[in-house]
Amino acid sequence: MSFGKEDNQHGESGSDLRTEIKEYVQHHLLDSYDFNLFSYENGEKHFGFPLPVILWDNGLKVFLSSKFHHGETVAEAGGSYYKQFHGKIYNVDGPNGEIIEDDHHHATNAKPLDFSITKNVVLIMMVFAIMFFMFSRMAKTYKKNNGMPKGMGRFLEPIVLYVRDEIAIPNIGEKKYKRYMSYLLTVFFFVWIVNLFGLTPIGMNVTNNIAVTLCLALITYFITTFSGNKNYWKHIFWMPGVPVPMKIILAPIELLGTIIKPFALMIRLYANITAGHVVLMSIIGMMFIFNNWLGSSLSFVLAFVLGILELLVAALQAYIFTVLSALYFGMAVEDHDHH
Amino acid sequence: MEELFGGFSLGLFFWQTVLFLALVFLLKKFAWKPILDSVNNREEGIKDALDAAESAKKEMENLQADNQKLLKEARAERESMLKEARDIKNKIIEDAKGEAQDQANKMIKQAQDAIESEKKAAMAELKNHVAGISLDIAEKVVRQELSNKDKQLKLVESMLGEAKLN
Repeated sequence: MSFGKEDNQHGESGSDLRTEIKEYVQHHLLDSYDFNLFSYENGEKHFGFPLPVILWDNGLKVFLSSKFHHGETVAEAGGSYYKQFHGKIYNVDGPNGEIIEDDHHHATNAKPLDFSITKNVVLIMMVFAIMFFMFSRMAKTYKKNNGMPKGMGRFLEPIVLYVRDEIAIPNIGEKKYKRYMSYLLTVFFFVWIVNLFGLTPIGMNVTNNIAVTLCLALITYFITTFSGNKNYWKHIFWMPGVPVPMKIILAPIELLGTIIKPFALMIRLYANITAGHVVLMSIIGMMFIFNNWLGSSLSFVLAFVLGILELLVAALQAYIFTVLSALYFGMAVEDHDHH
Repeated sequence: MEELFGGFSLGLFFWQTVLFLALVFLLKKFAWKPILDSVNNREEGIKDALDAAESAKKEMENLQADNQKLLKEARAERESMLKEARDIKNKIIEDAKGEAQDQANKMIKQAQDAIESEKKAAMAELKNHVAGISLDIAEKVVRQELSNKDKQLKLVESMLGEAKLN
């Protein structure tokens, strides 16, 4: 988790450095049980604090992640033993138990149900707190200031209005957009802020976890499905205006489409953010591989430009997620009078 | 696909779902609803104000047109009043002239009548007077006659000559 880590590797051979950078990038993309800001001396010393681990394994087990000693030792809680392997917690037999790997390097040990407050959960909570603080304060200034925003609200109001006027109303329609505004605004700001946090050096990525994007896509799917009107379902199961054999062929395709749409939503956000991070981290890593003034400075320039691009991507992905969600809601509630 | 979901963490999914849904509902109550309501109210207020300004402008124009019309009417009325007044004046003058003429004619006629009657009276008196004088003369003549015939004649003659002077 450090940028200083590589500094110590200058003298080592290139292939070692490459492996280390690769591992470092992979590690960066993973969730973590510690809130680790950086580590140094080859990962021996860490700077950060432990987070609570919450497991359901024949009863609730709660302990601090410091028991794992950064994944190096077995932790004991209520008579059970746990060990981390590739960022997950597995059951092991005893205090000296080992993870048993199969041929594909997958652990075969049993896994407890894991509800730990990981680093990503902490970030989600932080974003929760920031958003709640920011927007409830903004709402209060309207009351105090006779219907006009003040302070931060002056910056945020155009964005809120943009979501309303450019995303919600054109896609859903003037009559029905109001029901979806809360979700669209929340998801837009949530994804954006979380993406921006991912670009900070504290190195926390929430949107490159499939669990997070799945959750958001599922909510969009459920809202779409439950607000679907008669026309929406008619267009799925019995497409009007086409011959009967086509209707029969189209029905399963359309039905599958309802699932593919949110699935694509999930993958798009996940893949964009993950790819951006991998590329950015690799280019930063290249600075240490080149280890000369030309290559390293070129890598730096590239990393800088890419960093700016990632800032754009952070907003763009939030926008795309919100627009597509609005589009799906619009399809679900559209009145197909024009057919 | 397995690669993709290999990293799936149920715990993270659980927390994300709980926290995100809580965030949606909290923000809906404490932020989005008040913010969007305020914005809507403000937009409607602006729209109403613009409409009101527009209608005020129209009303103003109407008022101005009314004023113009009133002014025109007033001018026309003044014109007609002046004309009427002039007519009345002319008529009064005309009437007065006519009346004065009548009056004058009447007065002249009265004066003429008066003169006539005065004249008649004067003539009658004169006649009486002449008759008296004639009688006196006749009496004197008669008395003279009685004494002197010549003298009597001369007297008559002189008397008559005197009478003719009248």
